[in-house]
Amino acid sequence: MARIVVVTSGKGGVGKTTTSASFAAGLAMHGHKTAVIDFDVGLRNLDLIMGCERRVVYDFVNVINGEATLHQALIRDKQLENLYILPASQTRDKDALTREGVEKVLKDLADMDFEYIVCDSPAGIETGAVMASYFADDALVVTNPEVSSVRDSDRILGILSAKSRRAEKGEEPIKEHLLLTRYNPKRVADGEMLSLKDIEDILRIRLIGVIPESETVLQASNQGIPAIHIRDSDVALAYQDVVARYLGEDKPLRFVDYEKPGLLKRLFGGK
Amino acid sequence: MSFLDFLRGQKKSSASIAKDRLQLILINERGAGRNTPDFLPQLQRELIEVISRYVHINPDDIKVNLDRQDSLEVLEVKIEMPQAEIRG
Repeated sequence: MARIVVVTSGKGGVGKTTTSASFAAGLAMHGHKTAVIDFDVGLRNLDLIMGCERRVVYDFVNVINGEATLHQALIRDKQLENLYILPASQTRDKDALTREGVEKVLKDLADMDFEYIVCDSPAGIETGAVMASYFADDALVVTNPEVSSVRDSDRILGILSAKSRRAEKGEEPIKEHLLLTRYNPKRVADGEMLSLKDIEDILRIRLIGVIPESETVLQASNQGIPAIHIRDSDVALAYQDVVARYLGEDKPLRFVDYEKPGLLKRLFGGK
Repeated sequence: MSFLDFLRGQKKSSASIAKDRLQLILINERGAGRNTPDFLPQLQRELIEVISRYVHINPDDIKVNLDRQDSLEVLEVKIEMPQAEIRG
């Protein structure tokens, strides 16, 4: 059985697509056959972040409408042979996603022996976002340490617990994981940024990881490489930890405490 | 907080203001969205139905309201009885 993971947040620009790309790549690096689907119909971007934008021929909506097969639409990742991308349509509107259509694509992917299906949700709480989370088993709720993001995450948690297949069928609820992104330990130490404990207190869901604020994310998206592949970067290591924790490993949090730079470091610079 | 801020006297950090504001607003929003079953319109309809069996009332004379004060929830049902009809 395939496990369906939605990456969601409510608010835009907090790192959903960055997370979807790196999380899916991380699962594939652990040897799991993984598909990542862009649900942002009309505003697709996962293809750019994964660096496969020039290989898009057919998309998710084509498959739903029977205009292409899944085999035709799935794009194999250039680095990982067990990772596939299903891009969103750039021209249709979001009502092209029907519940039956999405359900059939997910079922067909499961029949193709995919172990994990990562659903990259669009921002907002409309059709695209509802469809991305409806069939989910797990949710990564991507949140920035900032008031509007935390509030929107709370709203999304409400939707996950009310408008999902699991909720409607009275099954065990979606497993919700909090993923903090753009975390800046120095600003937290200075009292300028909500701490991870503050956000855990407010949202009351299990923390799966903290991704530090970093230039690496922009460098990665510039090149079309998921950030998890950027060598020796905090962001890559933090995403690898997230994937390991998701798969059941016990990993302590990293990059969450601020160390005052020593005198030498201050004099000569350095990261 | 910088040394200068310290000299000016300790101010509440902006992060703790953010936390307080969030906690306050989310308590209200959760109440409105997440936990309240949407039963008020149906309750009102059924009340009208039951009461109409015994007395003639105008559907507008029944008001159902759910109020929240701090940790207290008050379900208020207000029924205006038309005097003449009761006697009859």
